[in-house]
Amino acid sequence: MNTTQTQNKPDVQINRRHFLAGAGGLTFAIGLSEGLITGAFAQSNDSKSSLSAWVTIGFDDTITIMTPTGEMGQGTLTSLPLILAEELDADWSRVKPEYAPPNPQIFGNPNPLLNGGQASLASIAVTGYFTKMRVAGAQARRILMDAVAQKWNVPLSELSTEPSTVVHASSGRKIRYGEIARFATMPTQAPKINPEDLKPVNRFRLIGNKSIGRLDVPSKVNGTAKYGIDVQVPGMVFASVLESPMEGAKPDFVYSADALDIPGVLQVLPLPFGVAVIGSTVEATRAGRNALKVQTTWNTSGVVAATFDSELAKPAYERHAKDPQAKPLDHFKRGDASTSLQSANKIIESSYWTEHCYHAQMEPMNCVAHVAADEKSAELWVGTQTAFLATVVAAGILKTTPDKIKINQQLIGGGFGRRIAADIVAQTVVIANAIKKPVKLILSREDDMAAARPRPMTYHRMQAALDPQGQLVGWHHRIVAENVDAIAAPPRFTARGGRDYIGWNGMDIEYYNVPNIMAEGVREVRGMRVQPLRGIGSGHNKFAVECFVDEVAIARNMDVLAMRLELTKQEPRAQAVLKAVAEMADWKKPRKGRALGLALAEYHGTFAAGIVEVSLNKSSGKIKVHQIWLTVDPGLVIQHDNVLAQLEGAAVYGLSLALIEELNIQKGAVVQSNFNDYPVFRMSDMPEIHTRIISSNAPPTGMGEIGVLPIAPAISNAIFQLTGKRLNHLPMSPKRVKKVIA
Amino acid sequence: MSSVSFTINGKATKVDVEPKTPLLWVIREHLNLTGTKFGCGIASCGACTVHINGQSARSCAVPATSVAGKTVTTIEGLSPDGNHPLQRAWVAEQVPQCGYCQSGQIMQAATLLAKTKKPTHQQIVQHMDGNICRCGTYSRIVKAIQRAANEV
Repeated sequence: MNTTQTQNKPDVQINRRHFLAGAGGLTFAIGLSEGLITGAFAQSNDSKSSLSAWVTIGFDDTITIMTPTGEMGQGTLTSLPLILAEELDADWSRVKPEYAPPNPQIFGNPNPLLNGGQASLASIAVTGYFTKMRVAGAQARRILMDAVAQKWNVPLSELSTEPSTVVHASSGRKIRYGEIARFATMPTQAPKINPEDLKPVNRFRLIGNKSIGRLDVPSKVNGTAKYGIDVQVPGMVFASVLESPMEGAKPDFVYSADALDIPGVLQVLPLPFGVAVIGSTVEATRAGRNALKVQTTWNTSGVVAATFDSELAKPAYERHAKDPQAKPLDHFKRGDASTSLQSANKIIESSYWTEHCYHAQMEPMNCVAHVAADEKSAELWVGTQTAFLATVVAAGILKTTPDKIKINQQLIGGGFGRRIAADIVAQTVVIANAIKKPVKLILSREDDMAAARPRPMTYHRMQAALDPQGQLVGWHHRIVAENVDAIAAPPRFTARGGRDYIGWNGMDIEYYNVPNIMAEGVREVRGMRVQPLRGIGSGHNKFAVECFVDEVAIARNMDVLAMRLELTKQEPRAQAVLKAVAEMADWKKPRKGRALGLALAEYHGTFAAGIVEVSLNKSSGKIKVHQIWLTVDPGLVIQHDNVLAQLEGAAVYGLSLALIEELNIQKGAVVQSNFNDYPVFRMSDMPEIHTRIISSNAPPTGMGEIGVLPIAPAISNAIFQLTGKRLNHLPMSPKRVKKVIA
Repeated sequence: MSSVSFTINGKATKVDVEPKTPLLWVIREHLNLTGTKFGCGIASCGACTVHINGQSARSCAVPATSVAGKTVTTIEGLSPDGNHPLQRAWVAEQVPQCGYCQSGQIMQAATLLAKTKKPTHQQIVQHMDGNICRCGTYSRIVKAIQRAANEV
């Protein structure tokens, strides 16, 4: 943590509103530099960044804490300010979170996955910001204490704090932070905070405090919570877009007369990504879009996806999984898997499929944009996981710089990875630029689904080598799929030689003590606009891995829990979640007409284990999950109840993906169109969910996605225990189940 | 254009809309009561649930003209100060995650408690099954409804 090379040079562009004393408070806007305006936005720069405008103390004692991420239900609008408030020793009841502007130089996430970038993804907000926000809080506290020490002419060492108050114990004097804000001045150098200056865990009163709820909850029960779709700005018109059915297809023939006849429709604009209908009311644009739908044709010449059919393509995927010419790239290796397989006493083989699936975030994609008359700046209102990327994309369209794009971050009505892509921002800016009026684009559910950025369809070929003693000595996992990084993170894809971080995540089973492992990927180029979806690659890879662990255990005549415990001997955190979940579910107890299945997962530092209890209706093929037990070790717990809430919610997401969700692609286009033909889990589908947090002293890690991961493999493993048949294809829908058990 | 008069959250209102306009868009964009959400447009998800004459209805599938002379209640009008037992229970159980569907969930739950003081688990599930929560807060929704039922 570099906190030394900072200077008192507040950046007026970003922080003018907060910094001036006239705003009614004191902002800790020290340590900003010119790099803020001119420098590299996507990278942190240790010599310039570190301390910044994280916190403002109002003369009225309100404490405004900047939150660098969007809020999509994962809870960071509470958990991140809580971390800073802990070290600031703030009165939590006076803390107000505020979205930090997109400015990675100050607000970037130091986690290696973002490397100083600013985005809400990969369950790494708490992981990445934990130390950074603690230090920012401790620095702000120190500045306040220094100011008091000077004013009262007492040594700093005689001062302490209680919530939002500096205390001089020997004289009994106390002063509120708000009062200090009136006279405190910024030091030229930010105070240096050493690790030993931070609170020890046993003195936390906010972090891990079970009585602290989420700050956004009250507004979400009375209709006042504002999402992107709720924004209204003066002079605003509306837009719908009949979305292009696949990436690269452009509207060919557009018969707009019927749409233009609809009262309120102002304009029909064929654009590279679809056909926009502009209108004075949202209902006019929706009716206009429907009028266009029937007759619009698409030019798909040269479009890769146009020939893709998710069913017909499957034999090719299976061929590529065995093809020696397929040129796989390694994702994770240990020892020499190939030799271990050649010299194996016994080889176990299996394969798995997963279908495309859709985020189905409840708030359809939307954005409000206003492009200035000179086309050189714009203001956006949007709920996004990537506000900074949105400024870059908008600036690219307008041929201006990202600092000319003002983003008003809104609550996110479901992200799950869908709001990482800036496609909706790009579309809205293009439209706003064409019509020179503020415009709100709202996609219909049908267009949201047509423009889905799904998790890719994947095929997995698995091989395991057993030695003469029956020990598992070799593991080979080859995934065949469209590469997500190629579309969602092209610079990283290129830099890593064509490796797919997102799609291959979860094949890296470092915590399993198998001496020889090769996990590798073969790329399919099918033109699908695949994107990260909650759990990213682990969503499909843990299915393959954890089902295959069971297959190997069964081939070895071992209890599947015992084998996982054997394979994780060197990983106490994995052992702990496994043992706890087995105890919770009473693993050894037989169930009449039902069976248990187990799976283990690790995701960006968090461990979780899950057990499901299932039964099966053999005539309908419908699997019923009756109970789920989940244990998780997220390291230090920031918000106890939110950890449990994330675990529960992600389990439901995982259930839905595992059992019913499937996007089919024909001629490049998504077949399904709305919740009638793309059903998701409802209340009547719910099992009982039992959760437990396993405390460890590990640093805090993320909770947004891990709960998805054990569910699908645990169900398949349970069905095998029940029927002796292996379900190796997601989703495990009734039709597919019936085929296997017939 | 048709002129439609109705009562919304206790206030007499008149709007001029095209005849087929769904009530949802009148509520959201004409009257700026944005607590009622758009999710699917085909009465399949429940995000747009409001009360019409005390009955829960999917406002995305109800033509605005059909509420002429009727009483419409949205989440903003469920209680004078956001203090309906369900709203308090929703906070106590920390139900919302993204929160987008929760107005619809609460409005749907309110018509259950209005006619069934102590609903069974099965009655809750039956009544709530048309409302999707993609964050998967269903268990907490059940708990919150039970908590509210025990309070009133």
